[in-house]
Amino acid sequence: MTTPSSPSSPPSRRALIAVAWLWVGIPFGYGLYELTQKATQLFTG
Amino acid sequence: MSPPVAPPGWSRWLVPPAALSVHLSIGQAYAWSVFKPPLESALGLSGTQSALPFQLGIVMLGLSAAFGGTLVERNGPRWAMTVALVCFSSGFLISALGAATEQYWLIVLGYGFVGGIGLGIGYISPVSTLIKWFPDRPGMATGIAIMGFGGGALIASPWSTQMLKSFGSDSSGIALAFLVHGLAYAVFMSLGVLLVRVPRGEKPAASGPSALDGVQVSARNAVRTPQFWCLWLVLCMNVTAGIGILEKAAPMITDFFADTSTPVSASAAAGFVALLSAANMAGRIGWSSTSDLIGRKNIYRVYLGVGALMYALIAWFGDSSKPLFILCALVILSFYGGGFATVPAYLKDLFGTYQVGAIHGRLLTAWSTAGVLGPLIVNWIADRQEEAGKHGSSLYGTSFLIMIGLLAVGFVANELVRPVHARHHIPAPREAADDDSVQPQQSA
Repeated sequence: MTTPSSPSSPPSRRALIAVAWLWVGIPFGYGLYELTQKATQLFTG
Repeated sequence: MSPPVAPPGWSRWLVPPAALSVHLSIGQAYAWSVFKPPLESALGLSGTQSALPFQLGIVMLGLSAAFGGTLVERNGPRWAMTVALVCFSSGFLISALGAATEQYWLIVLGYGFVGGIGLGIGYISPVSTLIKWFPDRPGMATGIAIMGFGGGALIASPWSTQMLKSFGSDSSGIALAFLVHGLAYAVFMSLGVLLVRVPRGEKPAASGPSALDGVQVSARNAVRTPQFWCLWLVLCMNVTAGIGILEKAAPMITDFFADTSTPVSASAAAGFVALLSAANMAGRIGWSSTSDLIGRKNIYRVYLGVGALMYALIAWFGDSSKPLFILCALVILSFYGGGFATVPAYLKDLFGTYQVGAIHGRLLTAWSTAGVLGPLIVNWIADRQEEAGKHGSSLYGTSFLIMIGLLAVGFVANELVRPVHARHHIPAPREAADDDSVQPQQSA
């Protein structure tokens, strides 16, 4: 078994990594924002 | 279908987003309640009937994870993610047809049965791949993915609510919402299918373990070991304890402080439930990553031991201090999430990476059992106490004592976990120490 290939990724891979994390990060951020809005009701509601 | 092997230069940091794209999608299951009121009014259903698609979905999750795990190991993560994508999205499309034609059985079949297979296969699809890419931090890697399952409901809940507002809550509006969900999740999950890769030199599980991999136990052998059943008990007890709070969080905090000078309003109770979800998610990534530093057995000592202490504090002092009640509940929920996220790495430590996904799938039957046990204990006892004329925090006192007992059972089971006996190991073939396997090295 191996682990990853190279210590540093080539630029094209870095762009792909950024896009991939944004792809999942943006909806997740939206979910967290909505959660925060709701959670503050515990202290204000 | 052979597993997709990473080309040279492929970064392991592409694998967690691939896993997240699947888990953030299938985590939508926990937001099913958004569809319940519109379905009930549009199709004239009772509350019990409208819960059927979700319940069947969770049953199918457990069954497909338990029985499909070996197939997932044999065919690899891309095959598994493709199956998850097709089943999960088709489930919504079949449900859209059911809502459009007002045939409720199609929604149960689509979302519950077909979609439920997608849930189970999707849940275990990235686990062994992540562990293989991150042998140095398996807890963190699986924690990221399993945190996504919790995060899926956070995204779906407001998104689905907004969609139903826009399309309307009649049967055609629900049908359109199901259709958009099916298509959007298909596109979103396709990132996982496209990006997931197994490390170079990794063989499909069907070809046997590599000599480089150390102790390896097959899924078939694993279920014959006491270690598997001890872990099953550990997971079941930990999840039952978490569900004990989660199941009745809103009425519980309201009841606890109903007779005090600072009663809890309905919106504050909703805020408490949201905060518990945040603790659940934070526990998945936080505690699971911590397990990489202090060890799996130690972290479960914390989940079960400190968890029991938190329950004791709530039982005896909870109604005298709101901050103490909230703090203890948050810690318990963080341990609940942490327990889910750490268990794949615990399995890897005991049984190796050879069929860890399949073993994980079988272990998830503990989740299904806890899913029945937890709500049953809390609801049944609360109902009996109410019948006996009790109110406020005394509705839950007995349940909390039972939870402490269950956590103690889990603690003992964790203490009984020992390395797996050599007779269960799969002998690694000498030739498996092959030349094309690159020695593990870490990358950023």
